[in-house]
Amino acid sequence: MTARDDVSEALSRQPQWIRDVLLVGGIVLATYALFAVVGLAFGVGVNSIVGTFQQITFFAAVYALTALALNLHWGYTGLFNIGVAGFMAVGAYTMAMLTAAPDGSPPGLGLPLIVGVVGGMIAAAAVGFVAALPALRVRADYFAIVTLGLSEIIRRAMLSRSLRSFELGGYSIGSITVPTVELGTGGGSGIRAPSTDVIANYLLFAGGERGGDPTILGDVLFGLGGALGVTRSIMIQGTYTLVLIGFVVAFYVLLTRIAYSPFGRVLKAIREDELAARSLGKNTNRTKIKVFMLGCALMGLAGILWQGSRTLVSPNNFMPIVTFYIFVALIVGGSGSNTGSIVGGFVFAAFLWEGPRFIRSIARANFDVRAPPTIYDAFASLGSFDPMPLVGYLIGSLDEIRFIFIGVVLIVLMIWRPDGLLGHRKEIAAATDLSRRPAVTDGGETDE
Amino acid sequence: MSTVDVRGRVSDVTGQELVGAFLLLGIVVLVFDLIRQVVVGELSAGLLRSYLWSGIVDSLYIGLAAIGLSMTYSILRFANFSHGDLITTGAFSGWTVAYVIGGAGVAEFSSRILLRADGGAPPGALEMDVLANPLAIVLGLIASAVVTIAVALAIDRLIYRRLRDEGGIPLLIASVGVALALRYLIALFYTTDSRGVVGSAPEWEDPPLLPVEAIDLHEATLVFSAVALMLGVHLLLQYTKLGKSMRAMSDNKDLALITGIPTERVIFATWVIGAGLAGVAGYLIVLDRGTIMINLGWFLLLLIFAAVILGGIGSIYGALAGSLVIGITINLSLVWIPADMNEIAAFALMILVLIFRPDGLFSGVETA
Repeated sequence: MTARDDVSEALSRQPQWIRDVLLVGGIVLATYALFAVVGLAFGVGVNSIVGTFQQITFFAAVYALTALALNLHWGYTGLFNIGVAGFMAVGAYTMAMLTAAPDGSPPGLGLPLIVGVVGGMIAAAAVGFVAALPALRVRADYFAIVTLGLSEIIRRAMLSRSLRSFELGGYSIGSITVPTVELGTGGGSGIRAPSTDVIANYLLFAGGERGGDPTILGDVLFGLGGALGVTRSIMIQGTYTLVLIGFVVAFYVLLTRIAYSPFGRVLKAIREDELAARSLGKNTNRTKIKVFMLGCALMGLAGILWQGSRTLVSPNNFMPIVTFYIFVALIVGGSGSNTGSIVGGFVFAAFLWEGPRFIRSIARANFDVRAPPTIYDAFASLGSFDPMPLVGYLIGSLDEIRFIFIGVVLIVLMIWRPDGLLGHRKEIAAATDLSRRPAVTDGGETDE
Repeated sequence: MSTVDVRGRVSDVTGQELVGAFLLLGIVVLVFDLIRQVVVGELSAGLLRSYLWSGIVDSLYIGLAAIGLSMTYSILRFANFSHGDLITTGAFSGWTVAYVIGGAGVAEFSSRILLRADGGAPPGALEMDVLANPLAIVLGLIASAVVTIAVALAIDRLIYRRLRDEGGIPLLIASVGVALALRYLIALFYTTDSRGVVGSAPEWEDPPLLPVEAIDLHEATLVFSAVALMLGVHLLLQYTKLGKSMRAMSDNKDLALITGIPTERVIFATWVIGAGLAGVAGYLIVLDRGTIMINLGWFLLLLIFAAVILGGIGSIYGALAGSLVIGITINLSLVWIPADMNEIAAFALMILVLIFRPDGLFSGVETA
């Protein structure tokens, strides 16, 4: 007990950000240790354990990115945006259309990747601006439906056959002739574009070509991988994940700077009492539009880094359900706290997203769990005291069970812990806590 | 979350009116273009009639579900995102009962109880249509309402009641969780495969007094049941004490409490009516379309929201009118835009109405 007190006292003397790094690092390491122990105990090879770590970290990073962007909207400003997937789609599609090869199907503009990334962010911010201008005036629940409707409009437009490929330009204004440009969304089959994970190639290989001579970093990482028996492709993906972690840190620093700036105090004031903020002479409408556009640009960037790393950008990756995953990640961590967003992204990725898959692969490798064709057969065997078919059926339907689990987690959090893991750290608008009340729940301030 | 109503400033009103006028102008232009197309002969009268008719059929099942969504929205004060999955619940439970009863002796019980999850005997072999198996179809209809009501009441007791005073957004988020859990619980039993469960619809050739060659009897069942249920809800709300309490509660909850209206009993009745209609809607949609899938209700949810919002939240007559607008929009828009973009038109209409006429097209107050 005293040792623990010593540790916590030593910690409390450190600055907040060091404690946060230790917190996130501790959670990550503890989770990795858990997965490694379970994996090794059931005879999973080092290569696939490291592969699982890579997958967990990749999803943790992308969910942390999107949750941070959403935290700016919801956690700080109180804008209930449930169209995140739509803004991600705008970013990723713009990037793909700008960078896809001009002779591809659908054709793109063939511009460099960086142009595509910046263009995607600008496009997402522009769509955010168009959505924000009128939508910010409506009630919170209407705003939710407007943003969800918008994200579905975007997805269906991308899915539509009539936009699969189209031509722009080809007309002349006076003496200036606008050249014809062929573009397209590819409809249901998506659009093939250079993947953003080429960044990893540039870091690992001289000349940026996979298969070239490794750089110094490449030598070190491949040597390490070889010693542990980890394949090169996992190391390359892992390097891209490290790049993503860099982006997470950048997002975090940016949002924390914003949160403690005068602009950030206006955001929190809007969340807590918009009328009061307006009475104090703050232009809340302009602030909301600005912060909405910034958040949308970050969502666009997150969409690019996530879906853009798959070489194929397809409309099915932007279903409304993706928005709800991001919400679960944010709520698990606790909205209103940037560190909470990162913790939430990691917990979601490790335990709700990759955990069930890991369990399934262990179960399939170790036990004879063939799934019977229907759950009726499974129950019929259970009736004759053979539980294995039911276990097999449940493991075979782990995807469905994962969805049920995510739904239940969301409900349980809303009932018993609406603050999430770190929501109590929500920063308030005033310099001192005037109310001295326990932390209010997200979005549900009914203390009048 | 602050829900400050910023509307009402002079500059905003003019902007709203401007956009409203544009909208109206656009609709007038489209109507004239429609008349021109029919007169010139680009669009045959038969095609126009079939668009309008399918618009009305779509609006009927959207309307059935919209009544319930509108009631929960105005009485429980939250946007219930799990309403779509109540529709799915009704579809699966109703058709399971219809299969268990109607297919006895033809197909294996293991196949019938899970609605052909194993790909068993096709619906044609079971003669799953209203003429060959009327008893099973009617019992299925009743079961769809009963099971959905039971599920909705259980969910309310377990989840929504605990959040009653938390405000709209926590309830909305919880309802998203309910939607996910409910849908995939169904999927766990019935699998995620979409499949045909209804036999081909029998037709009534050359009906008297009607200008059509044949009537699809499944569609006729849908139309008849939906209109009868809507009429029933109308009578209930207007002429019973329960209906009056419900209208009072959606108007002003505090005032209703003071007057001694039993809140929880009204909420109970809201779920019974809303969930029952949603379940029946799901069952009838499957009867009309012939196929069943677990995303059935979720895919419809946004259209139902659109209908409710168009009509003004809380007004069930508004919701029915909104359903008609949405149903006609998604079908008639096919005259101008490709089929895979028709829902975009409906959603865009919904967003425009939400932004520029948040009280709905008919500016109804929040009451039934």
